[in-house]
Amino acid sequence: MPSPSAPWTKNRRMAVMLLGVTALFFGFGFALVPLYDVFCELTGLNGRTSAATNVITTQTAGDTHRVVAVEFTSTVMPGLTWAITPQTARLEVHPGELHHVSYRVRNLSDKPVVAQAVPSVSPGLAAASFEKLECFCFSQQALDPGETRELPLAFTVKPGIDKDVQTITLAYAFFKLDDAKASPAAEIP
Amino acid sequence: MNTTTISDTASHHDEHDAPTGIARWLASTNHKDIGTLYLWFSLFMFFFAGALAMLVRAELFQPGLQLFQPEVFNQLTTMHGLIMIFGAIMPALVGFANWQIPLMIGAPDMAFPRLNNWSFWLLPAAGILLIATFFVPGGAISGGWTMYPPLYIQGGMAYDISILAIHILGISSIMGAINIITTILNMRAPGMTLMKMPLFVWTWLITAFLLVAVMPVLAAAITMLLTDRHFGTHFFNAAGGGDPVMFQHIFWFFGHPEVYIMILPAFGIISTTIPAFARKPLFGYASMVYAVASIAFLSFIVWAHHMFTTGMPVGGQLFFMYTTMLIAIPTGVKVFNWVATLWRGSITFETPMLFSIAFVCLFTIGGFSGLVLALVPVDIQLQDTYYVVAHFHYVLFSGSAMAIMAGVYYWLPKWSGRMYNETLGKLHFWLTAIAFNITFFPMHFLGLAGMPRRIPDYALQFADFNMISSIGGFMLGVSQLLFLYNVVQCIRRGTPAADKPWEGADTLEWTLSSPPPYHSFVTPPHIK
Repeated sequence: MPSPSAPWTKNRRMAVMLLGVTALFFGFGFALVPLYDVFCELTGLNGRTSAATNVITTQTAGDTHRVVAVEFTSTVMPGLTWAITPQTARLEVHPGELHHVSYRVRNLSDKPVVAQAVPSVSPGLAAASFEKLECFCFSQQALDPGETRELPLAFTVKPGIDKDVQTITLAYAFFKLDDAKASPAAEIP
Repeated sequence: MNTTTISDTASHHDEHDAPTGIARWLASTNHKDIGTLYLWFSLFMFFFAGALAMLVRAELFQPGLQLFQPEVFNQLTTMHGLIMIFGAIMPALVGFANWQIPLMIGAPDMAFPRLNNWSFWLLPAAGILLIATFFVPGGAISGGWTMYPPLYIQGGMAYDISILAIHILGISSIMGAINIITTILNMRAPGMTLMKMPLFVWTWLITAFLLVAVMPVLAAAITMLLTDRHFGTHFFNAAGGGDPVMFQHIFWFFGHPEVYIMILPAFGIISTTIPAFARKPLFGYASMVYAVASIAFLSFIVWAHHMFTTGMPVGGQLFFMYTTMLIAIPTGVKVFNWVATLWRGSITFETPMLFSIAFVCLFTIGGFSGLVLALVPVDIQLQDTYYVVAHFHYVLFSGSAMAIMAGVYYWLPKWSGRMYNETLGKLHFWLTAIAFNITFFPMHFLGLAGMPRRIPDYALQFADFNMISSIGGFMLGVSQLLFLYNVVQCIRRGTPAADKPWEGADTLEWTLSSPPPYHSFVTPPHIK
């Protein structure tokens, strides 16, 4: 075979290059995670609501020409023995108005339990226009055995909400926090 | 394409180390031996995963639960899919690449022979791990081959073993792809310019680039599943601020190019066989190359059409719907070019040609049902129904698998130096083509009527079509034994094949003896 060394180095260089591409795409797989979060945050897609706003920008006088229905629901995730009921199932609001509703939770177990609610708004398109001014989901909830509590929620639907949205569903998933995680660490907007 | 020299004869290069017996296979660095190993491995996995499909069809023969509990049924469908994709179709195509690429570009071997050996021998390890999961506590994985969380995070030991197995399969594929790209780009015979390469080599070059780009993304996704399962991360766990839908995005960023990884080399095989049996050069060679490249590019921007029902905004649905429909254009170019190659050709209908023509017809049906599924409002109705099952079996069985069979019948005389039994081959073809349609055509109707996939029991109105489908499935399964018999008989006692048994074949491998010498093209041929 004529000069086996020349093609061999050429091949080796190409293999190293392709390995680099492989590593790059492995990294890209992981980079998709923060990219996805940023994308969802920016666009408000995927039902992620923005974090709490301290400044109250809304006025109680709403856009009376428009009515949007807001529906409330909740899910208890496996491992949590709480009963959770939205006190209001459905509310028709004018964009811009401030509203207060509440969820009733009851710890059915005989132990103190810490849990956290994670909100999700459907359709995803409306998530950016759904503003929570006060929400029990901003912090962890600790309930003693058998305790019942009313959890408050204050929200407003921004006047700029997409004209195609007629109904917004606000769903909370309640997760039990392990003892280790029941600390100030898990701050979920 | 013309060759001026017929390179070498069998004997002169065999004096150096050529191990015999089991060591020949375990330690082989010869592209022909490794290609053979890949093909046998994939045939074994094809029968194993096919047997799982037989069990699935047996359970679905009648409504109600007869043979399996739902957990076991779900293991059968999941493992059928996973093994057929990673264990049967992909290794078979890599086997073709190993055998054919050096022969078709006039190279003496693959660029990295020892890496090639390792790429193959990782596969049996992964295969054993996957099959072994049936016997661990909790059974094999059962959440579907797509491995969606939260199910995949909650499962038992089999899930960890499967993650390991898929990692191994991924490493094997990536190394194989690096080897193929380097071989094609650096080791072509003098005069073999890129645009003179046989189309099979082109499709594999582009497929190898897809593999290098997306297998690492799958590796990343399953690594995240593993750390979610054991190391306290919350990539896909909503309780910790993660998002299970994000897994679907990452998975399908891999998954959609993956379906082209399984079909592009099949296109390459068909683009080789049709000109050979129509005795005409391939119509529109350059447009075929560009079509393959555009399909590969588009495959990266269509992934979310698998996720129309996850609550995507209308803008996203429209984007992914239009990009998906765009793929029909280069695919149409290919289909029309095959038809134009057949036009006024002197066609003969040997077994490889029968499989190729069936491929063009049936793959096109699968392509069209894919277009139907690309329509957002339709897809929302048909998501996770048997219509989807029908669609992907038309592109994967009558597409990839039947192209592989066409390729095996076409090149078996070259590889083994013996002819297969043409009558048995034709019988195998007709049984396969008919049984395939009996099995999968009714699934379109079942899906349109609303029968969900991955369910062991179904409503009574679906009973008749399911029974037809199961009967077709058993026929299809049994017919493949004929394939095995024909291949084994051919290798053991077929009549010796001529160096060029197909009159219209014009690629380089036919200039060699049948079977080719153990070391071929040691002196590169010169291509005009």
